[in-house]
Parts: sequence; structure tokens; C-alpha cells
Amino acid sequence: MSGHMNLTLKVWRQKNTQTPGKFVTYKAENISPDMSFLEMLDVVNESLTRKNEEPIYFDHDCREGICGSCSLYINGHPHGPKKAITTCQLHMRTFSDGETITIEPWRSAAFPIVKDLATDRSAFDRIQQAGGYVSINTGGVPDANVIPIPKVIADEAFNSATCIGCGACVAACKNASAMLFTSAKITQLGLLPQGQPERYSRVQAMVAQMDQEGFGNCTNTGACEAECPKEITLNNIAFMNNDFFSAKLFREEHAHDHTGGE
Amino acid sequence: MSEFKQTFNSSLGKKLIMALTGLFLCTFLIVHLGGNLLLFKNDQGFAFNSYANFLTHFPPIEVIAYLLYLAIIVHAVYALVLTIKNRRARPVGYAVQPKSDASWSSKNMGLLGSILLLFIVIHMSDFWFTYKYNNVLGFKEYRTDLATNQTSVSDYTPPVADFERSISTENNVEIVRVKDLHARIQTSFSQLWYVIFYVIAMGAVSFHLLHGFQSAFRTLGWVHKKYTPIVYFFGTWLFAVIIPIGFALMPIIYYIKSL
Amino acid sequence: MSLDAKIPQGPLAEKWSKHKFNLKLVNPSNKRKYDIIVVGTGLAGASAAASLAELGYNVKSFCFQDSPRRAHSIAAQGGINAAKNYQNDGDSVYRLFYDTIKGGDYRAREGNVYRLAEVSVNIIDQCVAQGVPFAREYGGLLDNRSFGGSQVSRTFYARGQTGQQLLLGAYSALNRQIHLGKVKMYTRTEMLDVVVVDGHAKGIVTRNLKTGEIETHAGHAVLLATGGYGNVFYLSTNAIGSNVTAAWRAHKRGAYFANPCYTQIHPTCIPVTGDHQSKLTLMSESLRNDGRVWAPKTVETAQKLQKKEIAASDVKEEDRDYFLERKYPSFGNLVPRDVASRNAKEMSDEGKGVGTTGLAVYLDFAEAIQRLGEDTVRAKYGNLFDMYLQITDENPYKQPMRIYPAVHYTMGGLWVDYNLSTNLPGLYAMGECNFSDHGANRLGASALMQGLSDGYFVIPYTLGDYLATIGPKKVDTSHPAFEQTKQDVIAYNNKLLSLKGNKTVVEYHRELGHIMWEYCGMARTEEGLTKAKALIKELKADFWKNAIVTGENEEVNAALERAGRVADFIELGELMVTDALTRRESCGGHFRLESQTEEGEALRDDENFAFVSAWEFTGENEEEVLHKEELIFENVKLTQRSYK
Repeated sequence: MSGHMNLTLKVWRQKNTQTPGKFVTYKAENISPDMSFLEMLDVVNESLTRKNEEPIYFDHDCREGICGSCSLYINGHPHGPKKAITTCQLHMRTFSDGETITIEPWRSAAFPIVKDLATDRSAFDRIQQAGGYVSINTGGVPDANVIPIPKVIADEAFNSATCIGCGACVAACKNASAMLFTSAKITQLGLLPQGQPERYSRVQAMVAQMDQEGFGNCTNTGACEAECPKEITLNNIAFMNNDFFSAKLFREEHAHDHTGGE
Repeated sequence: MSEFKQTFNSSLGKKLIMALTGLFLCTFLIVHLGGNLLLFKNDQGFAFNSYANFLTHFPPIEVIAYLLYLAIIVHAVYALVLTIKNRRARPVGYAVQPKSDASWSSKNMGLLGSILLLFIVIHMSDFWFTYKYNNVLGFKEYRTDLATNQTSVSDYTPPVADFERSISTENNVEIVRVKDLHARIQTSFSQLWYVIFYVIAMGAVSFHLLHGFQSAFRTLGWVHKKYTPIVYFFGTWLFAVIIPIGFALMPIIYYIKSL
Repeated sequence: MSLDAKIPQGPLAEKWSKHKFNLKLVNPSNKRKYDIIVVGTGLAGASAAASLAELGYNVKSFCFQDSPRRAHSIAAQGGINAAKNYQNDGDSVYRLFYDTIKGGDYRAREGNVYRLAEVSVNIIDQCVAQGVPFAREYGGLLDNRSFGGSQVSRTFYARGQTGQQLLLGAYSALNRQIHLGKVKMYTRTEMLDVVVVDGHAKGIVTRNLKTGEIETHAGHAVLLATGGYGNVFYLSTNAIGSNVTAAWRAHKRGAYFANPCYTQIHPTCIPVTGDHQSKLTLMSESLRNDGRVWAPKTVETAQKLQKKEIAASDVKEEDRDYFLERKYPSFGNLVPRDVASRNAKEMSDEGKGVGTTGLAVYLDFAEAIQRLGEDTVRAKYGNLFDMYLQITDENPYKQPMRIYPAVHYTMGGLWVDYNLSTNLPGLYAMGECNFSDHGANRLGASALMQGLSDGYFVIPYTLGDYLATIGPKKVDTSHPAFEQTKQDVIAYNNKLLSLKGNKTVVEYHRELGHIMWEYCGMARTEEGLTKAKALIKELKADFWKNAIVTGENEEVNAALERAGRVADFIELGELMVTDALTRRESCGGHFRLESQTEEGEALRDDENFAFVSAWEFTGENEEEVLHKEELIFENVKLTQRSYK
């Protein structure tokens, strides 16, 4: 294992959504290669705190790559240069002594900056709220084994369901498109028998909400797929497109207004 | 109607339009290349000029041609609309250039498309517009002895100003009098800068379609474990290799011939 | 106040059905007149908020994360138990009940545990109907795996991400209700106090983490689903944000805190690499099926390994101590979590630990690779090996893994009765936040089951009874108690913000963690606990003098958030130590060195300690008062565990 290293950080600092931000340079000294990227920032923050300066704010929680809180656009990559991991799983041994690391927040009109490196990703929640569910109430459901699901279908649905909602797809996309995120849920439920009754209304509702949030458009560059920490594939977007056109052009059902009447 | 309006105003609807117009233009490329291969026929432009004449005078083709122009315009306008929208989706860019894995062509469709649009404008004004609306082209008369199948060619000066073409048979000799686009091509392609521009444009076609063809299928949602590899195969070999090379060879060969 | 658990009378199997019938109902048209506050959006919180909204109540849901989907339930890996008996291997509700009671070392209530086992089957049905992609067999039916502490296959799973999938299921149900307008969602909002009006919980005080605004919210009932307090140890497998603040502030307003000393320590975590470490990562226990645990026989060898002068593979066979196999010949490496954890710590304490910190033992797959071949090992554990390589940069196919125990789950929590109501009327606690179902030790794959059971299938019934009793009269924040509580919170925050000392809050947290781990961790003694209590008191005094809290209230202020949480952890830490001192027996996750069998196993004292300890807060810096709820066992016979 190599020794400790010293790094230069260029970090985006922004007080709040309204105030313009700027890059500030910090030294990260005596960094162990065993630290995670966020632990490295913890060290920097500790030293800032001791100087009674405001620590760098970033979203993080589980620190094991599943909650989707952490973000950070590191040297041109969402979640840093390594594949299939989140920032909290990125270790400092990926970098070399003396390196300059630029850390930016996700950049998207739909993800306004909350503070420093943290953005407001509630647009994702609203897309899910528009239809990312099976409309059933608690209780009164059939026995779990009443619906057999072919293993391949269940596995594929699972692959789509592993999305952690971190927003790396939006951050990576040159158009800041949220189609990978949106399509993952549409595909998961569209593949499963439980999702069939609302399949065509769901896709319309979710796409409409996605459009409203001000995300860009997919041009199939595949950057999202390449940066997704859970390796959700571009095929999900094709699945969504197919269902959407099918719904809009060949079917009679509308995006049902879930709020309409009880 | 508003249902459709809504559909095509949605993000996916706009993509659908891009995909459909794009694929339509792709099919045209095959036809266009097929016809243009006649340029390689060593007959002093007889086949090519006849073909050009056929294209401009056969009504169904005329209709398709207008669809084609419409497709080009729609494709370009929607590209512009989508690009503006996409730019708005990221008002503040990154300080570090994105390094995410994505093919160069997929990230530069706008640039490639703009080159192509410029190319199409020059190309059309040089050939199509000149052919149709400018009286600068001369005429050729091809006389084919139907017995021996020998063709001779000579310049022809039409007796009336609005002469278009004529086909007649006299004494077992077929006489075809048509506009001589072929000569125009020979002149154009003898200029080096023009050839270079054409070759660059065909490079743009290659990269544009390398991404565009398969992307259109993705947009339509036609992704399938078994068929998608075939789409990629055609997108790469036919649309990004054979067709652009085929087109690019024309100015190159004519230029070499002109030397 | 007497502690009435309100366990229904009658035969075990009929208690819940009978109770459900006896509970008062709220008329459907009256439901919309009730406002319910649900704090936390993990499995328990999200499922409760959704289910109550579906019934027609108006729900306000709160989470401190930026989205309800990020609650730490998402990180659960293994699976969820249910007594479906799909495998035809003899499972039943009673067997799940029995395994859970026994696994909890007979410190849980029979009635609660039986209900949990009973509704476990409904949970699976519910989740499948939501579109949760559980693992399936080729025939299209659900797959099961077996898990520690049971002899049947009853664990349903979704690869290694069961918690994620279940939470996203509950999140989707919650989203539907948000869309319908029945749930109002407050994200980045932290609960800082409970408002008590005439002895009933009637609302909460929150801080908007984006603007710093201190707000009050009123409701007919307040439901806490705010998770466990494992982060009192600083390092745990919990998320960084996981905290006890909501539960602790409720405790300080009168809710009893039960069994705080019951903590579960998981043996196979990736060891700490240094002081910078912010959290620990769990690796599935299944690794112990094929890995052999060892430490060097001598301290000298261990030191050479720590300094990296030699590699693990350089240690000769005769210089290795396969201590679990040596001490427990029949169970070997497969002894229960607590036993494996304790032994690893002992080795490290004796100076025989490995890795740079000396806080680890080896889990060696060399023998398994030789026996099964690397491909088979890869097929079984590939993802775990990859994860290990990712974090440590060491290839476990070549060198043994280093493992160390880590705090993983806390069985203690707010005291609740059978209805999940705390002793403070109107205040309920669900999921890991309450103490109810796991006794002194939780079985694998039971946490998800309990969270969802509470949220989907218990609270929707039991809450109605309370609501029907108090009636639908509108509640709002006009009562002076709201303003008073709000002012209390503002004053407390200002006190925190005035701290401009020389030591960061994280340092205090780390120090607290060291104390807790050392003296109130895997092995506890009268002496150590007494010392810990004094140390924590000192730490607390020092905190309120020398901590640094930067920034101000009216902004995003992570330092303030953390300071409030750490202050609460310090107080909780003291109570945990007090509880551990009081419980002079060993049981489950609570191991008192003074109380062990000749074989070194946890020795319960059923005669004197078959009770739930419920602690009452009596004032700042006052000793808490212990209330005992006797545990009555009518259906199971209390036995001693042995793994020799």
C-alpha cells in the first residue's frame, strides 16, 4: 500500500440556490489511500471546522452505495472515474499524490443547487409520484405465489429496479436528460404482470411529469449507461419509448388522473 | 387532433419525428447512391443523364422528392428545437469536460448535422436547382443504333427556350435529347476544394449515420436481443461505410479523371 | 405510571384476531377529519403513512433525507422472513414465532412475536403485489434461502438488495398517496421535539434543513419510525445520518426508553483502516459457511503482520489459531453472531489482531478454494469478494479476508405496548425505533419483517382505536404548548450554535463511540460500565463547553444537525450504560462477563431479569428511573443456548 498523499481540491461552493457560486481551492493533506472519497472530504471539513470556517456541504448517507444520496461530479465523471460505483465507494487510491481534483455538483436545470455540492433532486420524486407504482391498497391482495413470473422476466425487472435515484444519469447526459431514471421504473413495472393494468397510463403520466420538470432529451449517447452506478442499461429507454408510442398512437387509454375522485 | 399534437410536442414525440425523418432520409440515400453509381458507367453520361431526367419528370418521384425536402427541413428544425431545449436543461455547464464513455459521433450529432445541412444546400443549389430552374446547362443528344446498340453523342442546341427533353426513334436509331448534368458534374468535380468538401461531407454522413441509424431504432423502441445486432451491422457497414465511401468515390474519381 | 403491555388474553394463536375485533373503528367518513404525523420514511414509516392514507386519514410524512426513498432500510441486504412454508420443509407461524423468541434469548413478548410471525405471510403477498422483484425459481414461483438461527428456508430475497426493493415498494405506495393528496411529504425536515398537550402527543417541532426554519405541525397522533441508534457507537453499519434524536427527544418528553443496552454486533464486517473511517460495511454472514476464521498464535507474529513485514500466507499452519474451531468443535466457524464477534474481539484485545490497526482477524478461503476450486468459490461469493477488493484493495482469492465485528442493529428503543403505543398517549413507535419484537437479539432477515409488519398490518388497526377514543375534534398549533416547545427547540439550537470551542462535534462522536465500544460493546463488566458512565458524563460536560458548531440556523447547516444528534447520542450512551449496569445477566446481544456459563456462553438469569427495562427521563442530568415490565412465557420453555 502506498503512503499518504496530498491533493489539491477545486470545489464548487455556493451558499444557497439564489446566490451565485464559485470554485474554491483547498488542500487535502495526509490523505490515506484507504479513505473513501467522502472520508477525504470529511478530513477537509474537519480542518475547516477547526478554523471555524464553513465545511463543504454534500449529500451522503449510507456510504455503501445503495441510498443514492451521494453525488459529486469528480474530474468529469459523475461518481468519479471508476465504473459501477457511487462516490462513497470510490477510494482515494484511485488518485495519485499531488493530483488536482475538481469537484462539481450535478448540473441540471431540474436539479437546483441546495448548497455547495448538494442539489435538489425532488424532480425525481415527482416523476415517481406521477405513476411509478401499482395502484393497490394494503391488504386484500392475492397470495404471492398466485402470479408465477418467469425467472428471466423477474431478473430483468430486478435489473431495472436497482436504480438508486442518484441522478448520475442526468449529470452524465450531455442533454441533462432523465430518461434512464424514468424508464427504469417504467420498465420494471412494465415487465411484471403486476404492472400490466396501468402499464400504458403509467408511461404517459411519468413521461409527462418528466417533461414538465425541464430535463433534456435523450439522444442515445449512452453516457448515462456508462456512468450509472447500478449499470442500468439504455435498453430501458427503448422499452419506455415503445410503450409510450404504443400508448399514444395505438391505444385508447389516457394517463389516468390518479387524483380524480375516490 | 389535440391528442396527436400533445404526443408530438412531448419529448418522446419530438424524438419520434427525428427518428422517422432520419430513417426516411436513410432509405433515400440507398436509392440516391444506386442511381449515382451510373456515373461510373463509361458512356459519356448517357445513363446518368437519362436517370436524372427520369427523376425530375416522373410524377410519383416528384411527390417523394417533396416529401424528402420536407423530411430534411423537419429533421433540421426539430434538431434545432431539441438542441435549444437540451441546452436549457443545463444552463450552467461543467468546468471539467465530461469524460463519460460515449461515442464521439453520438455527442456531435448537431455539428455533423450542420455540416450535412450546409452540404445539402450547396449540393442542391449546384445540381438540383441548376438542373431544374437555371438555364445554364447544355443539352446532349444520344443516338443509339438499335441494331448494333452503339451510342454516339453530340451537343444539342434546343430550338426553343423551354425545351426539356425528347425521345424519338428514326430509322431504327433512338435519339435521346436531355440536359447534360453529367457535364456539370465533370466541371464541378475537377475543382480540388469542391472534392475535398464533398469528401468531408461524406465523412460527416458516415459519423452521423453511425450513431443515427441505430439511435433511430432505439428511439422507436425497437430494441431486441436478436435483431438489434443486425441493426448495428447495417448501421455500421451499410450506412457508415459503404454508402459514404460510394458517394465519396464519385468526386475523387472524377477529379482524378480530370487531371 | 404502570406499564400495561395490553397483551390480549386468550390462546396465543387467537390473540391478534380477537384484539382486532375488539379495537374500536373510525367511521370511514370521519377518517378524513384526522391528521396523522409520521416521522421517518423507512420500511415502517413509509408503509404506515401509505396504509393510513389509503384508509382515508390525512397524513403528514417527514424525513431528514432529500427523498423518502433514501431511508436506511434501503441498505438491508439479506432478506425477509415469512412463514409461508412454500418449501414444504415444516415451517409454520408457530415455528417462526418460536425461532424468533428463542433467537431473542427469551427477552421478547410472546404475544408480539406471535403476531409478527402471523402477519409475515401477508407482507410477502403485499410486496409481490406492489411489483417487488423477489428472486424466483425457473418455474416462476418465489425462491427462498435459509438464514442463521433457523432450520427451514423461509427467507425471501431480492439478490443482495432486499431492503432496497422492499423500501422502494413502500416508497411507491407512499408516492401514490402523495399524488392523491392524502400524504403531504416533508423532505429535508428533521423532527426535533414532540408537542405534548394535556398528556397527549399532539404534534411535533421540526427544522427545515434547507432554510433552518423551525416549524410546528399538529396531528391527532404522532408516529415515530425513526430507526435505530447504532450510531451511538460512532462506527456502525448504519447510515451516517441515522440518529436517535426523534426518539430521544420524545423520551425526554415522557416516552419510556426500553432495553437500550440490547445491541447487535455483526461478526463479518470489513475492518477499520484508521481514524478517518466514517462507517463500516457489512459482508453477508454466509461467508462463514466456507471461510475459516483464524488469528496468529503469538503476539510477535501478529505484530509482524500488522507492520506488513510478512503476509498472512507466510504464517505457517502450526502458527495459526483457528480459535472458533478450537473452542467450539461442533459449530466451529458457524457459531451465532454474538459468539463469533466476541471471540474476534478477544483475539484483538490479546494483541493477536491483524491488519495495520490490529483490529481484525482472518477469514481464510484458501482451504475452500483448494477443496471446491476458485470458480465454485467465485460463483458462491463473487460479489462479496469483489466488494471486499473494492474497499480494501486486497484480493481475497490470494490473501485471507480481514474481518471485524461491527454494530449492526439495536433491539432496544421506545417502549410500546401491543398497540405500538408508547406510554405517552398519541405517540406511537414502529420498526427499529421501538423495542418490541426481537428481545435481546434479532434473527437475520427479521428486521425488514418487523418494520413492514408494524407499518402495513399493525398500526392501521391499532391507531384507529386511539383515534376513535379521542374523537375527530380538529387539532391545530394554536395551543400554547406548540409555541412553548418551539421556543425550547430554538433555545436549544442557539445553545448549540453558541459553541465555539476547539474540538469538532465529530471528534466528540468518535470519542463517545470509543467509550461505548470499549465498555458497552460485545463484552461488558460492572467495572467497565461504571467507568464508562463517568467518562460519558465528562464527555458531555466537555461537549457543552468545548465543541465547535459552525454557521448559523437560517441556512443549510450540517454542523448544527450533527451537533444536535451527537448531543443526544451522548445522553443515550449514558442511559445504555446504566441499563447494562442494571441488567446483571447476559442475554443475546448483552454479554456481561460476570454472567457466563463454564463454557463462556451468555448465562441468563430468568428469575431476576425476565423483564423489559423501561426507563423514564426525570430531568437533565438526573438519573433515569427504571420501570419493569415482567415478561410472561406461557407457551415456550426457557432454555440455555449451547454451541459446543
